[in-house]
Amino acid sequence: MLAVELKKLSYTYSVKTPFEKRALDNVDLAIEKGEFVGLIGATGSGKSTLIQHLNGLVKVQEGEAMVAGMNASDKKTLKKLRFTVGMVFQYPEYQLFEETVARDVAFGPKNMKLEKEEVDRRVRRAMEVVGLPYEEFAERSPFELSGGEKRRAAIAGVIAMEPEILVLDEPVAGLDPVGRREILALVRKLHEEVSPTVIMVSHYMDDIAEMADRIVALKDGRVVADGSPAEVFGAREKLAAAGLSLPTAARIADKLAARGIVLPRTIVTPVALADALAELKAKRAEKESEDREGEEEKDV
Amino acid sequence: MFKDIAFGQYYPSGSVVHRMDPRAKLLLTILFVVAIFFVNTYFGFMLTAAVLLLIILIAKLPMLSVLKSVRAVLFIVLFAAVINLFMIKDGEILWSWKALQITDQGVHTTIKMALRLVLLISGASLLTLTTTPVEVADGTESLIKPLKYLKVPVHDIAMIMSIALRFIPTLFEETNKIISAQKARGASFDTGGLVARAKALLPVLIPLFVNSFRRADELAFAMDARCYNATENRTKMKVMKIGVADIVGSLFIAAYFVAVLLDRYYFNGAMDSLIFGGLV
Repeated sequence: MLAVELKKLSYTYSVKTPFEKRALDNVDLAIEKGEFVGLIGATGSGKSTLIQHLNGLVKVQEGEAMVAGMNASDKKTLKKLRFTVGMVFQYPEYQLFEETVARDVAFGPKNMKLEKEEVDRRVRRAMEVVGLPYEEFAERSPFELSGGEKRRAAIAGVIAMEPEILVLDEPVAGLDPVGRREILALVRKLHEEVSPTVIMVSHYMDDIAEMADRIVALKDGRVVADGSPAEVFGAREKLAAAGLSLPTAARIADKLAARGIVLPRTIVTPVALADALAELKAKRAEKESEDREGEEEKDV
Repeated sequence: MFKDIAFGQYYPSGSVVHRMDPRAKLLLTILFVVAIFFVNTYFGFMLTAAVLLLIILIAKLPMLSVLKSVRAVLFIVLFAAVINLFMIKDGEILWSWKALQITDQGVHTTIKMALRLVLLISGASLLTLTTTPVEVADGTESLIKPLKYLKVPVHDIAMIMSIALRFIPTLFEETNKIISAQKARGASFDTGGLVARAKALLPVLIPLFVNSFRRADELAFAMDARCYNATENRTKMKVMKIGVADIVGSLFIAAYFVAVLLDRYYFNGAMDSLIFGGLV
């Protein structure tokens, strides 16, 4: 079943002013339920506009957006759509507002008009999932948490709605390496336990290469690449034309190739790189021992 | 929800009006606004409208951008018009129902008041449409400089004003972001009664304030780090200069002002009877 289906979607900002800008241009995109999609593209390529179409924050101008079986321009299902598509914006910690973490996390479920018991259950679960134990954090003010904790509290506020589709816009922006690893581990966990379909926007190619099943690259509002990480990052020229960089593992593979150690272009993760190098080493050892055997035979 | 904030937003077209000295534009706008209060004939309003149209044409502004500013105050204009229409009891009664009555004087006063407000707003919006906020702040600082001798901290006021103006778009953008984020969590801002709506704004206002204080702190640090202090004799990167366009513009507005005064005190409504005949 399709989670997201965009057909010929186009969007222009500030129509009929000197600030007019075409943010999306005939985008066709279908995302299966259960996919983890990485959305990449340079600044201003239309990523934010695209994801805001998914829960009706941006009105469809041209084309069609079907999300979880609902039409994004249908006003009657708008509320339901917003609860079905959980949206974690960039720097989500700047949207915390309640006196306690628990109340902030409860904001979404309360807007869903759920029973009190259900709201409580969801708040507890969401806080546990993001790693903020309820007993410890429920009554604390969100403003006195650390940066990483704030971000996790904000994410809890979104997943407490238990959305089918989770959209994350630069979830690790501005975090230190430890915080970044924690949030990425959390995103993976959310993909497995809470929201089967995940769409993650990121500038970090390493993260995208490791986490996504599929990568969609945008440039000037158009989809310029769509495929598995190996396919998308394998097409080096296309990627460069879209103004995008490579994951570290692929860059190392390129540097090795320039020094005569040619590895497949499909290497995008450190693990794949290590495997390829180990394989190469094994092959050489084999070859050397063969050579040696050959020489020994000659000696005889 | 904030569409009307587009009121007089800078519209870059690079025209000669845009390149004028902001001080000249500020003073001429004030002169124009004062002139409008002297206008009391239909001919005067026609003249004012013609002057505005000419400036709009020279400034290469689309009519729509000016009308948008008018739309922002349309409600106030209509409200004042309705009050005026029923409050003025002088003149011949045209229509009456119970205690309400409309007189011919009332109709004229109402039309003139509405015209005055609309032209006033349009005129004032021309300043902000053709002048960036920073230019307005610089121009104001230069104009209020003489107050220094009265121990008014002119430079501090100007700096506060520039910073405030600088952060309007930032805060505006941030407000939109927070609104989007809360909407994504199912918040709604346009349903329910007045109390419900006011309450619904809390999830937007609290983060907005928290973020503003954080930002103010960061800005203060950044300014400190670059050794900013409001010392005397700071120089400007862009020096303002009076040019040909400013002189021509000043003469033009001055001529308009004289025409308005002549129309009011010398012709005394004669132009109206000439053009509109018995109608007025």
